[in-house]
Amino acid sequence: MRYYLYKFSMFGITLVMVSLIIFFVFQLLPGNPAQIILGLDADEQQVRHLEQELGLDKPAIERYIDWIAGVFQGDLGESLRYQLPVSEVLADRIPVTTSIAILATVLTVVIGIPLGILIARTDGKIISVFLSMITQLGISIPSFWFGFMLILLFSVTLNWVTSFEYVSWSDDFFGALRSHFLPSLSIAISNIAIVIRYLRNTILDQRKMDYVRTATCKGLSERAVLYGHVLKNALIPVITIMGLITADTLGGSIIIENVFALPGLGSLLIQSITSRDFPLVQSMVLYIAVIVLVINFTVDLLYKLIDPRIRQKG
Amino acid sequence: MIKKHRLPLYIGLTFVSIAFIMMLISLFYTPYDPNAIDPTNRLASPSLTHLFGTDNFGRDIFSRVMEGAKTAFLIGTVAASIGLFLGFLLGASAGYFGGWIDELTMRFIDAMLAFPGILLAIMLIAVFEPGMKNTVIALGIMSIPAFARIIRSSFIQYKSYDFVKASIAKGGGAIHIMIKHILPNAVSPILVAASLSFSGSILAESGLSYLGLGVQPPDPSWGRMLKEAQPYITSAPWYVIIVGMVITILVLGFNLLSDGLRDVHDKKA
Repeated sequence: MRYYLYKFSMFGITLVMVSLIIFFVFQLLPGNPAQIILGLDADEQQVRHLEQELGLDKPAIERYIDWIAGVFQGDLGESLRYQLPVSEVLADRIPVTTSIAILATVLTVVIGIPLGILIARTDGKIISVFLSMITQLGISIPSFWFGFMLILLFSVTLNWVTSFEYVSWSDDFFGALRSHFLPSLSIAISNIAIVIRYLRNTILDQRKMDYVRTATCKGLSERAVLYGHVLKNALIPVITIMGLITADTLGGSIIIENVFALPGLGSLLIQSITSRDFPLVQSMVLYIAVIVLVINFTVDLLYKLIDPRIRQKG
Repeated sequence: MIKKHRLPLYIGLTFVSIAFIMMLISLFYTPYDPNAIDPTNRLASPSLTHLFGTDNFGRDIFSRVMEGAKTAFLIGTVAASIGLFLGFLLGASAGYFGGWIDELTMRFIDAMLAFPGILLAIMLIAVFEPGMKNTVIALGIMSIPAFARIIRSSFIQYKSYDFVKASIAKGGGAIHIMIKHILPNAVSPILVAASLSFSGSILAESGLSYLGLGVQPPDPSWGRMLKEAQPYITSAPWYVIIVGMVITILVLGFNLLSDGLRDVHDKKA
């Protein structure tokens, strides 16, 4: 119980720090924010009006408290460009990014874990060095360039896909699956490589354990030892990096949505930066960061539930 | 015979050296003026006169790729230096002093890690205008957590060693011990982290520049070349393919290098 209390308070401190970092960075906006948002030709009265609307006439600490209090009430401020509450603008975008993140995570697990096991079995042979370099290649490819290559392959060379229009899930399930698949695969490629490398290492570490020797000595085949004993232990640490990876897909989505013209959070973020819609940018950054923290926190707790040894050590 | 586990190290070194030499040569020689526009020779495919072909303005892509190497190395070096310096301050004090300083620093690092991918850099650039200088600063700040974590764990490991205790007994100050005694022992993990930070910064720069938030013209950038190449992906596919491969090779070079350095270090230990 004390352990969970400690974890929760640390989670709370990190949350506060994240909100402070974001608030602080947006305070650094050089010059008068209202003037920057409106452009140089805005007249005095317009600027004054926007200053009041954004609460710029109040001290920073008061603005921070107002902002956070608003967030807790579901009020993320108002978008300047859309003239709508930020929460309303985000509501349309969130499902798109969420679907890409989920699909990318599924692809990572489905492709990464079997390949990781396969590569661990080649250990010691010269081919394992080359396989390891191929996984390094997967980490090194810029995801958005990989997206270009997929577009080239599927639309130009194979002529399978003719358009990259966005289709929503409610309109046409298979159409939506098609329009989400390539972007998700682009993001997943580096994560697949990471999972393969990580799983290979944990399997090899587990193989050195005493229980493996015992199992082998009592006559179990290599297969039975691997699938019955080693894998159970080797997969536990993989759960931790799955949290990091899910978070990373959200970051990757920022670029990929712009490659495939998907109407998600990532493309909205870039548009809002270009149109200087700072209230929207600030709330979106907070939103994404909080989701990442929640995912990692959940994974952390899950990890301890699955493996009670860690709770005792902590 | 080359030892098997050294192979990634050598391949990584080769890739990085090729790019580095290309960058050095570009300082005083490129086959064509990278900015010379030739409207009669737009989107020419690779040939002996234009090794990588020409872009939508008829500029020689090979010369522009050479120019872009400068930006890549500059950004990699400066960002890693910023990350190393600030990461050392945070990681060393957290690891050496421990207690609440450690706790607070680690929560701050956790908070920084809550910004996935290039989100932290995007936020900083959104506020401070895109451009070479702000891109470098943003990427430097983005690489702080990796350095801070690795330096912290070395400091935790070494502070309980006898040579550190001996120095404390002799009255050595905290800063003296950190820099004179612990830092030299932490060099190889730091090198591994620096190499990773290089590849991370180059990847992040290409992503930022692709989004139009990174390096701005006239500064050359591989990422922006990809942005410019995208509309011609069907009519001039080599443009996109070549530039992306150049980025991948350099990033792969640094990743293999860091992997190789780690292996050599582990085998020694």
